[in-house]
Amino acid sequence: MSDYVETINLCRTFGKKKDLVKALDGVSISIKEGEIFGLLGPNGAGKTTLIKILTTLLLPTRGEAYVGGFNVVKEADKVRKIINLVSGGETPGYGILSVKENLWFFSQLYGLNSSVAKERSKRLMADLDFEQYANTRMSKLSTGYKQRMSLARGLLSDPKILFLDEPTLGLDVLTAKKLRNYVIDWAKQERKGTVLLTTHYMIEADEMCDRVAIISNGRILACDSPQVLKEDLRKTPIAKIEVSSVQTDFSFIEKVKGIIGYSETRNIQTGVTHLRVMVNDRKVFAEIESKLNEAELKVLAVNETEPTLEDVYIRLVGKGFEEAEEKAHA
Amino acid sequence: MLDDLVRNLRVAYARLWVRVKGGNREPEWLIFDMFLPIFTLSAYVYLYKMLGVGTEFAGFVVIGGTMLAFWTNVLWNMSAQFYWEKETGTLEAYLVAPISRMAILLGMALGGFVNTTLRAVAILTVGLLIFQVPLALNEPFTALLIFFLTIAALYSLGMLFASLFLLYGREAWHTASLLQEPVQFISGSFYPVRYLPTMLQLLASLVPLTFGLDGIRKTAISGEGIAQVWPHVIALSVFTLVLLPLAKLALNFMENLGKKEGRLTLRWQ
Ligand SMILES: Nc1ncnc2c1ncn2[C@@H]1O[C@H](COP(=O)(O)OP(=O)(O)OP(=O)(O)O)[C@@H](O)[C@H]1O
Ligand SMILES: [Mg+2]
Repeated sequence: MSDYVETINLCRTFGKKKDLVKALDGVSISIKEGEIFGLLGPNGAGKTTLIKILTTLLLPTRGEAYVGGFNVVKEADKVRKIINLVSGGETPGYGILSVKENLWFFSQLYGLNSSVAKERSKRLMADLDFEQYANTRMSKLSTGYKQRMSLARGLLSDPKILFLDEPTLGLDVLTAKKLRNYVIDWAKQERKGTVLLTTHYMIEADEMCDRVAIISNGRILACDSPQVLKEDLRKTPIAKIEVSSVQTDFSFIEKVKGIIGYSETRNIQTGVTHLRVMVNDRKVFAEIESKLNEAELKVLAVNETEPTLEDVYIRLVGKGFEEAEEKAHA
Repeated sequence: MLDDLVRNLRVAYARLWVRVKGGNREPEWLIFDMFLPIFTLSAYVYLYKMLGVGTEFAGFVVIGGTMLAFWTNVLWNMSAQFYWEKETGTLEAYLVAPISRMAILLGMALGGFVNTTLRAVAILTVGLLIFQVPLALNEPFTALLIFFLTIAALYSLGMLFASLFLLYGREAWHTASLLQEPVQFISGSFYPVRYLPTMLQLLASLVPLTFGLDGIRKTAISGEGIAQVWPHVIALSVFTLVLLPLAKLALNFMENLGKKEGRLTLRWQ
């Protein structure tokens, strides 16, 4: 099968000299037709930048990109005919119009015959469970329903390639799951379309994607199926350590010899921090535990665990998503 | 080719429809839009009455007030439109779609025209009735021609502004409000331009509204015809023929610049 989306050494910078930001730094990926491909990375990694270039909203500084065989810069018009874009967290249309009216309007941007458009939106509204809001003004919808409408808007034009930029941003678990399953169905059964999605939710990448590229600071650090990415970590011991403190700066454990990386999740409500620690030898866990005890921290549990995609990231970068984001914001 | 044309016409129609549907959904707005201009022009009419400058002026003011509704629409709804679309995220949808951006602008312009006409007709009717303006329409078709040419020129200017403002955030808003008063002043919305100093008259001739107002007044109130207003027809046509391609150029240029600098869909800049 042909490569459906391809980038060759794609670079994009913003700003000048001192404030120069390398949003994309030599990205080369290729996505096959019918594939669900994920870009996983923390805030500021360059995910949206890549999507914007591929959807003709932004020019690359260097390198090339092809979508459906068309050059995104020189043949932007041809690219636009076969794609659609859904940006999570974006308002899905005109607030003063009803959901139904909005969907009709956006179908017109793709030249849909009105009766086809109405039939399709009706079906999408039913499938995504929001037909009860068909006549509600868009501005009155809750976030979850706005996002459903966004997805419907993206699918309405029957694109060959669908770009999803954080499609489940800020959604509750059930709604997120529903949207994910719908996209999987669409890509695998109904349309057999190609999907490029960005996310910083691990489960989303894990559940949905045939292949995942891990991106950080504008570079692709790894790219493979979630299984293979995790498989590579099978021999690396990983443990969840629960500590009863949410105030502590845990960075001192970085200094323990044999530690590959760690991430922390603080739960203010329960007063417990979950450390996820990756080491090159099981013995190191005991070492870490004693270091925590020395610091007069109460260790509630130490459990070895299966690798996740976040561990793949920790392995590559040495820290978790949240730590990477904190650093980026500092 | 034909496919593209049909699709773009559909887009223009759809955008027009959104404008008309959205613009008239709240009846309060309509009433507000109609009564404010009527108050303004009443103030002028009474002022002129008090000064005793003759009834000729009432007609001037009513037509000025009516046409000003279109100018206001061009400034407030056309010029800053892309800026709003950017804020709400709909601009992104337009730019990703396989459509001509001019089709969107055209739809916005036509929709704005339809909405404003609803209001303008009300202003005109009320104005004519209250102030008993004597009309002398000897060549109604010439008057209509001038009217439509004025509208075409005004909305072409609006399309140009909309394109120029594509990349500018809030400044677009401020610029639009800056243009409201001066244009109202120099185009002679409420008095004849010939009373202005020569310099200002020259400046005024750069604004299509000036020609439109003068032409409509000549044909609707003074009873003049094509023999007198042919220069207006030419001037207004030239405005449109120059402004429209200029708008397209500006739009392409701004879109490209935006894509290069990464400012196209960036908010609150
Ligand atoms: N239009 C722009 N102008 C200037 N800098 C930009 C622009 N767009 C992105 N950047 C910068 O480029 C980098 C990558 O941003 P990008 O939005 O692609 O990240 P992301 O992976 O989508 O992050 P998030 O998860 O927060 O959406 C960031 O440092 C960002 O500040
Ligand atoms: Mg992003």
